[in-house]
Amino acid sequence: MSLRTMRAPRARRTPRATGRPGAPDSASGGPGTPATARATRAGRRGEGAWGWLFVSPMVLVLGLFLVLPILMALWVSLLRWNGQSNPFSGQADFVGLDNYRALLTEDGLDRTLFATALRNNAYYVLLTVPLQTVLALGLALVVNQKVLRGRGALRTAFFFPSVTSSIAVSTVFLFLFQGSGAVNSLLSWIGVKGPNWFADPRGVLSLILGGLGIVDPEHPSGVLADHSFMGLPWFEWLSGPSVAMCTIILLSVWTTSGTFMLIFLAALQDIPRELEEAAALEGADRRQLLRYVTLPALRPVLFLVLTLGLISTWQVFDQVYVMGQGAPGNTTLTPAFLSYSAGFDNADFGQGAAIAFILLALILCLTAFQRWALRERGARTRRNR
Amino acid sequence: MSATGTAVPERTGSDRAGRGSRKRAPRGQGRPVLPRFPVPARVLGYALVAGMGLLYLLPFALQLVTGFKTDPDAASHPLSLLPATPTTAAYQRLFGLSQAADGVPFLRWLGNSALVAVLVTAGRVLFDSMAGYALARLRFPGRGLLFGFVLAIMAVPGVALLIPKFLVLNTFGIFDTYTAMILPLLVDAAGIFIMKQFFESVPREVEEAARVDGAGVFRIFWSVVLPMARPALITLTILSFQGSWNEFTHFLVATQSGQYETLTTGLARFVSGGLGGGTQYPLKLAAALLSTLPVAALFFCFQRYFVNGANAGAVKE
Repeated sequence: MSLRTMRAPRARRTPRATGRPGAPDSASGGPGTPATARATRAGRRGEGAWGWLFVSPMVLVLGLFLVLPILMALWVSLLRWNGQSNPFSGQADFVGLDNYRALLTEDGLDRTLFATALRNNAYYVLLTVPLQTVLALGLALVVNQKVLRGRGALRTAFFFPSVTSSIAVSTVFLFLFQGSGAVNSLLSWIGVKGPNWFADPRGVLSLILGGLGIVDPEHPSGVLADHSFMGLPWFEWLSGPSVAMCTIILLSVWTTSGTFMLIFLAALQDIPRELEEAAALEGADRRQLLRYVTLPALRPVLFLVLTLGLISTWQVFDQVYVMGQGAPGNTTLTPAFLSYSAGFDNADFGQGAAIAFILLALILCLTAFQRWALRERGARTRRNR
Repeated sequence: MSATGTAVPERTGSDRAGRGSRKRAPRGQGRPVLPRFPVPARVLGYALVAGMGLLYLLPFALQLVTGFKTDPDAASHPLSLLPATPTTAAYQRLFGLSQAADGVPFLRWLGNSALVAVLVTAGRVLFDSMAGYALARLRFPGRGLLFGFVLAIMAVPGVALLIPKFLVLNTFGIFDTYTAMILPLLVDAAGIFIMKQFFESVPREVEEAARVDGAGVFRIFWSVVLPMARPALITLTILSFQGSWNEFTHFLVATQSGQYETLTTGLARFVSGGLGGGTQYPLKLAAALLSTLPVAALFFCFQRYFVNGANAGAVKE
């Protein structure tokens, strides 16, 4: 059930086409007979002009609204600009790398805020990516059970949250996690008094450690208080995600697991049946089958899902906008939201653009790593075949 | 059923599964490889799975029910699945039928969302398939470079472009207009990629036959290749509609006045406290529910194509 099914006709009807489906057609893949060759050559005349005509909307739109903005923002990130004048007329102060310096090296509020945003997002990534991957894999394994009745309906139910608007779903979660909301009512049934989710800035890790009596979250002392990194004391770095951030994490895991479940499901259905049958004949039980046949076969997809998750979780914005806007105590602040609010709330567009660029660089590095690793893997499997 | 222990499970298991999945599994995929679970495990398994299903459905059920509650009822009984005093007050307010139409111009949001989604979808279907076809089939200088450009664009995260986009719209003087909302979304790299993948699967013979008959490039594209691309076009239409209907960040930085608010930006401002009108959860949840409905309806009719879209991410490479 993927694009692979759409590619099927080619493989069947034109066995002579040997090129990899993903790659552009090789120029030499022309037809064999002289008659068609002549017709092709005649038809090919003017193809260059047609080609450029066909791609011109794409070049214009992507060029004007994706490439140009990046270049303009690169310039603005070197300015102190409040959004009022024309930033290209020389009226705004050129400050060089000051915006970046204020974020990364200089002591001050800007750096502390940026470090806080990085910490929040790092915990968000650290929890969301493994949770959603494991959940998606579990759901895919369940829905892939041939004997399970109603698995079509289940697949629909698991997938549905992924297609809805992030704003609408965040609204629902705001309602569910209110102080006296549905989740806390449920918790009270089993005798747990739920926290006031969205108003609770306490870090989960320091709550746990405090509960164990290892550290005192109210009065941190010693090494953790004496040292700081990027203007943020160590105990702040190590506090873990706040309770409020945890609701955003739960929301993300809940909404994205459906998409990744489908990716796993497609891979599960691609595992050759002979492989499983052979293992079953050898007397493998369920756990062994999962451990030695299914999971190894899923490894490339697992990598894909992990890296896709890693890339997307660094971009969390919509949920933050609806559910916290950084509050409480800046514990739901993320770099993406900080970039937005620096520009649109504090009229410091140079700073906002600089944050956007640091985020862009981070995400592009992750994407480059993913593509590089997947290409290696693809090349290896092709050679083995 | 009682005979399906671990000892002689083959026949019953295969019959049952075979019947269920005959339609979609031509190669005997339906038959389980391993014997069925013993009964207690099966009961436990079904209970767990049903619980998971509930976890995914309950939020939506609560959303639906709460829309028909009164404000105090929603606040004091957030978990009850039956409104104490059912009311359609929230919906009346949304559709402007009651007096208290304060700051929730829902119909305007709806109109803006529909307008933008329809135009963006039409543009994407046309321009993405044109570009996809050119990149797949037409030979012109710079094609390889352009495809590399598309792949690079696909890697650029949208949220890093919030301020950049505002800059460019502001410079062109179209900030806070419909043009700013629609024009930048008319082409998307992922759609081009999907269409290119598809056009590469169309056998070349079809085009060559048309070419021998004297058809020009545009005619071949429009009357020969495009009609063959129906499944891909449906996928692209659905993904584009869903994407533009749910789009938030772009509208957030492209507009600022209330008249351009869509369901996403309007609802987000309303919910995140911009209107300050207490909790009003029935109203908020009803608005959120209505804004979900069009995509939900599409989803239940064309789920297959949503699945295609989700897996398109897996073949990006």
